[in-house]
Formats: sequence, C-alpha cells, structure tokens
Amino acid sequence: MGDNVAVIGVGLSKVGEHWEKSLRSLAIESIWMAFEDSGIDKVDALYVGNMSSGSFVEQEHLGALIADFAGLGPIPAVKIEAACGSGGAAFIEGYMGIKSGMYDYVLVTGVEKMTDVLPSKTTSILANASDRDYEAFHGVSFVALNALVMKRYMHEFNVKREELSIFPVISHKNAPFSKHAMYRKEISLEAVINSPIIADPLTLMDCAPICDGAASVILCSEKKAREFTDIPILVSGVGIATDTLGVHDRKHITTLSAAVEASKKAYKMAEVTPKDIDIAEIHDAFSIMSALSLEDMGFAKKGQGTKMALEGQHYIGGELPINLYGGLKARGHPVGATGVYQIGELVYSLRGDGRVDAEVGLAENIGGSGATVSVCVLERGD
Amino acid sequence: MKPNKSVGIIGYGAYVPKYRIQNTEIARVWGNDPNLVPIREKSVPGADEDSVTIAIEIARNAIIRAGIDPSDLRAVWVGSESKPYAVKPTSTIVAEAIAATPFVNAADWEFACKAGSETIQACIAFVGSGMAKYALGIGVDTAQGAPSDALEYTAAAGGAGYIIGNAKESLAIIEASVSYVTDTPDFWRRQHEHYPKHGNRFTGEPSYFKHVLSSSKALMEELGTKPEDYNYAIFHQPNRKFPIEVAKILGFPKEKVLDGLVSPYIGNTYAGSALLGLAAVLDKAKEGDKIFCTSYGSGAGSDSFSLEVTDKLAERKGKAPSVKSYIERREEIDYARYARYRKKIRM
Amino acid sequence: MNVPRHWREQIRRYRLVGSKCTDCGRLSFPNRAVCPKCNSRNNENYQYVGRGKIISFTNINSPPKEHKYNLPFAVALIQLMEGPVITAQITDARAEELEIGMEVEMVTRKIMEYNDDGIICYGYKFRPIVEYAHP
Repeated sequence: MGDNVAVIGVGLSKVGEHWEKSLRSLAIESIWMAFEDSGIDKVDALYVGNMSSGSFVEQEHLGALIADFAGLGPIPAVKIEAACGSGGAAFIEGYMGIKSGMYDYVLVTGVEKMTDVLPSKTTSILANASDRDYEAFHGVSFVALNALVMKRYMHEFNVKREELSIFPVISHKNAPFSKHAMYRKEISLEAVINSPIIADPLTLMDCAPICDGAASVILCSEKKAREFTDIPILVSGVGIATDTLGVHDRKHITTLSAAVEASKKAYKMAEVTPKDIDIAEIHDAFSIMSALSLEDMGFAKKGQGTKMALEGQHYIGGELPINLYGGLKARGHPVGATGVYQIGELVYSLRGDGRVDAEVGLAENIGGSGATVSVCVLERGD
Repeated sequence: MKPNKSVGIIGYGAYVPKYRIQNTEIARVWGNDPNLVPIREKSVPGADEDSVTIAIEIARNAIIRAGIDPSDLRAVWVGSESKPYAVKPTSTIVAEAIAATPFVNAADWEFACKAGSETIQACIAFVGSGMAKYALGIGVDTAQGAPSDALEYTAAAGGAGYIIGNAKESLAIIEASVSYVTDTPDFWRRQHEHYPKHGNRFTGEPSYFKHVLSSSKALMEELGTKPEDYNYAIFHQPNRKFPIEVAKILGFPKEKVLDGLVSPYIGNTYAGSALLGLAAVLDKAKEGDKIFCTSYGSGAGSDSFSLEVTDKLAERKGKAPSVKSYIERREEIDYARYARYRKKIRM
Repeated sequence: MNVPRHWREQIRRYRLVGSKCTDCGRLSFPNRAVCPKCNSRNNENYQYVGRGKIISFTNINSPPKEHKYNLPFAVALIQLMEGPVITAQITDARAEELEIGMEVEMVTRKIMEYNDDGIICYGYKFRPIVEYAHP
C-alpha cells in the first residue's frame, strides 16, 4: 500500500437557494476555492459526487462537464452516485486514487442543484433513492421512510419525539460560526418540538432543507502534503458499506447496519476506537438518523442515542462535539454534495478554527434511508 | 330457459365501500326538502376504489366461498356501467388479480343496471352447455349521479358476484332463467358524458314495472310456480319504493322482500343492485328455501331467476364477509368529500 | 407514464406474490433471485395470504402528483403473517386510527393514476380487518 493520504485543499460554496447559479457554476466556484486553499492549480483526476443531476437539471456526464468548464484539462473525470451518500462515496474513490499510487493529486467535488424543479418533483426525485417499485410506488416519500423508522424507534426503545428534537438544536447551535451554512442561526428546542408535523412523528424542523451547494477537496499523499504544510490533515481510515435498499427488508428497522460495518472498517484502518474520536460530522438529514448513527457507530448503546445529546455532550466543550458547521440541518443538505462538505468541515476543525482542539475527527455520510453509509476518520498530522 | 345440465351457484361474494353520504346532506347542498328524500344514505367509493377494485374483492369472496382453484374458472365476466377505462376490459384486470388468467374468457358486459344479471345468465349457459366447469359473473358499479339530479340521492357503489358450476356442488340450484327485453329509452349516458340522463316518470310504469313484471310472470309461468312457493324475492332496487310495489303487484308479501332489500341502507348499486340483494338473502337463507330474483336494466330489460338453496350454503356462507358486514362498516362523509372522491370537482 | 414498467409488476402487486427459496425455505417480498439467507439461486413464486400487522406507520401529506387524488393517506411497514415486512398504504383508515400491532388485511386498490387519460396502476394496500357480521 502507498503512503498516507492527506487533504490539502478545501472549498465550500455557500449553501442555499442559488437562483442565479447553475450546477456547473456552483461546482467551479468550490473548485477554485479548493485550489486557492491548497496552493496547487491542477489535478490528475476528478471524482464528482452527485445524486441526481439527470432528474434535477437534466444533465448527466458531470465528470466531463465539470472538468471541461473548470479548465482541468483532459483528465479522467467521473461521477459517483450513492444517493445522499454520493459525496462520501466520491471521496473514498478519490482516496483510493491516491492510496493506490495511481494519481498524485485528486480533486473530489460534491455538487447538487436541487432548486430548479418544483417541490413535488423534488420529493419524487429524492424518493428514487428508495426502492422505486416497492417503496416509492406506494407514495412513500423519503421523509415518510424516516418517519416510519422514527416511529418504530420510539416504540421499541420508549423514546419520546421531544427527546429526538434536541439534534436540530445542536446543529443550529454551531451554525452562526459557519460562513457557508444556509441557516446561520440558533433555534430553540421548543421551536423544533412545536414546528408542524409533516410525517408523524417528524416535524418540519427535524428535516434538513432542500438547497443547492458544491464542495471540493483536494487529496494527495502525506509526503507531498508536507511540501505544503507542517500539519497536514490525514485520512487515517475509510469505510463504506451497504444494506438492503428497502427499509422493510432490514434485519432491524432501527439499526443502520451499514453504519455499523462502515465504522468498523474505518476504525480498524485508523486504529482507533469510538473513544478516540474528538469530533464528528453526523448525517443529520432527519433527527432520527442522528440517534441511529451515534448508536451504530459505537458512541451510544442501542436506544440511547439521545442520551449524550440531552446531557449537552454534543455541544462544543462536551465529550463529543458534533456538526460543528451546522450539520445537514443548518448548513443545508444539497444531497450529493453533503459528504464532501462534511470532509471539508472536518478539515477546518482539525486544522484549528479556534473553537475545538481536536486531533481525530469522523464524518458519516448516509445514502438513502441507510442503504449506503460511508465513514471517514481524519487526523491532524502533527 | 333451462340449461341441458343442471347448474347452480357454488360461491358468491359481495362488497360495499365503507363511505356513506346521507340523503339529507345532499338535500342541504342543493336546497331540496330534506323530508322528501328517497332513502337514508348511500354508499360512496373511497378515492382509491372503482369498479375494478370492487369487482376484485367480490371475486375473492366468491372464490373463498366456492373453495375452488381460480384457474378452473373458464369465464370472468363483469357487468358495469362505470368502467374505469372506456376502452380496455375491466374483466382482464379482475381475472389477473384473482389468478384466473390466462385460459379464461374475460369480457365486460353493459346493459345499464342489468349488466350483472346477464353475466349470470351467460354463466348458466356456459356451464350448462358443458363448455365450462366454473364461470364467474359479477355485477358492479360506482354509479354516476349528476349533481343535483334526483338520481344523485341513490346512485351508489357496490356489487356482488356468483360462481356458477355443476348443480351437485351448488349452494343454490338455479332452476331456470328468462329475459324480457324491449327498446325503451328511459335512462342513458352518451359517449364522453360524465353523467346519465333519464326520462323521469317514464322510468317507472312503462320501463321498470313493465319489464320486471313481464319477466317475472314469464318465469313463474314457465316453471309453474307461484309467489307462495318462494321464501324470498329480490327485485332490482333503484329506491325503497319500487321493489316493494312491484312485489305487491306480483303477489309477494313485503316480508319476503325486506331481507333482500339493501337500497334503503346503501342506495342503488346499479348493475350490483339485484345481485347484492340476492347475496343478502343467501347470507340468511336455509336449505330448501326457494328464492325468486328479477333484475332490471334501463334501455330496457329484466332477467328473472328461480333458485333453491341446498345443504351446502350453511357451511360456505360464513367463509367471507356478509352483506351486513359491509353495510355495518360505515363512515359518514360530507358532500365536499363526496364531491372530491367522485371527481365532481373538475380541475 | 411507463406502461411496461408497471405491467411487468402487475401480478406481484395485484395478488401479493413473492418468492420462496427452494433450498432453505426463506420467504421474500418482492421476489429475490438470490436467497438472502443461504445464497441459493433456486426459488419459486410464493403466494402470501395477505394478512399481517402494522409495525410502524405514518401519514402522507405531500406526495408526487400521481398520488394526490388519494390524500391524505397513511403508509405502513407491515409484517406479513408469513414473516416478510413490506411497505404499503393503509386504506379505509386514517393514520389517527392506526396503532403498532394492529392486524390488517390485503386488498387490491388503485395505487396511482396518470391523469384522467393515462393508465391506472392497481396494487396491494392493507386495511383494518373487516369484522364478519352474520344476519
């Protein structure tokens, strides 16, 4: 195996409803920011994380499109798709490009342009991440699938809806600091609890918003990274796993077994245990996913995913601060871009942004209702 | 008319949707006198129901009662004037759903409210001739009543179906059947129209009464039977009044009609009407009971049937929900929801 | 309106037919070419009875337009009496009337329709069990 892999550049476009920006302009913006951050200006390969450009903006062939318009030259460039987990999956492909020794510099760009279609169309497109013939056909939206899991979780573990409402509060707590976040404000627990129920027991504020965004990171070997910086951020472990596509086929409806598998692989590769993780970017597309993720990656016992949150341990200063740049809930969830945003945010935190002194961080990206989960462990290389 | 081989009903099934709208609610919307409404309430199909889904539930109930393999059915015939597709058979969808496909005759029949009973007569012939072991005939409708029209008070949804087979296997033997038909335009719906039109009082004496009476008399004459020979009588029931009146003219006392009279509770299920009344009677009848049944379809004609219950009814009737089960399963809705379910609001 | 796509699923959807592994007997819905339990590729069609109980449910208020005619409706995860769990709509009952553990039965209903001039897609839904009343 080759040298360790490092992240040397990060570029995160502001997340939001970008009426004036196209998919390609959002991607290019983040790529230029990442180049500027890294100090290099060309790469050997591009991996694009994107869920559904074909449906959202009727544009496929994103690898060539972005390589062309970002002026990257005739490099290999492909799109990687794993629903909302596309960004994390693309990052791991990029990681392998460096790790294998195939490429010296790899660019990973996550991009999603969701706001060009009407909301009902967005609902339908997102449902394509589920089993179209046996879930979505029945009118089950993505929100509804998460509601089904949440209701079952509440039933099995005797957890109240209001207890899960803490997760959006935690994510929003960090948002004012996050320049690229969509909603840069704190929200109260009451606001989440009292927001309208859209698919019982999920409230509007339990759900991450629909938005546009693009995030880019540049990877190279640790050796090359040390030419640019004394403290490179190293990718010490990656894991990606899948589960049944349909929620109904899961062995346990309330277990993200892909998160169990992916985290085990990542921990093993990084030679860490959950106790060694200082900070985490959790895929909080829905409050229930935060609780399940924390449990299934080994931070809490089954059914107790809200415990640390309710004790205040996920805020900065707590035992395991999470979602330091707003998470999916406040930063926004431009689906295929999210996984790359998480990596970029983790790099910011590990480099030292004046809020936490963290050495080891984790990013967890979920595709669909849990059918794909990627987990990446990053470390400060000093 | 008697088949060469003796035949009968080996299984039957009924279905009525859950939703009801009160006649007084319809009267309230149109400013009519709530004291002059024809019935109490009528059934309304749910937003996800149509003649196909209703026929499927009927067919499944009939198969459960008959205890046969659906692939032994040689015919699945559906009579209705509310086909979800103007062109494309309702019957193929039903046959596919109940696993009677592919070696089966499937067809949709239309003759206003007697479309269901004529499928039964055809089943008698198909089995009686020896061409089929079993044949299924269904009468079903989600009847269209034009907003504010007199028929809106009664146009309802539901139906019943019968599997015809050898007399030896039957829960009721069908002794004979006759039809009486003339060209009488008392009620019609033109192509591409949403709602039917009718001749008002012309639908009564020269239409309903003339055909029901002629057909019923012809059958009793052919068989040499009298009203006294029958324990139950069922007549097409567009309202509460007509079947009781026609029974009286024929000499059937009211008590023999009431058990099969479902229109006061659910309205007129058109092609399902007389067949649903017959199912309600079978739910109650005992071995040896004789049943008389006459349908009526506008345009116009009647089919009459004479049946005798066998010992097999007792063991089979409890295998599927009775008509009463469906009548008692009810949820009242207001006119607004009814208008939405019935697509009366056009966008 | 993808006619062949819906047509090829019809029998499974109308009748609730899944598959059974002919080596270990494991049941699946929908059909699976490879048994999730023993990895066998040998399987046959399996007809489910159509009864089960609700293990979770929620309400749908803003579905894609093909489903809007039916609003509001409930969807549920239903564990069939034979074992497999499936996702389906609950009909003839509102979400407020449901509870986890409730027994339900399969009916074939209209799932969606493509406007007034397109095809109608029928399939399984579940409803609270109809009580038998005897006259």
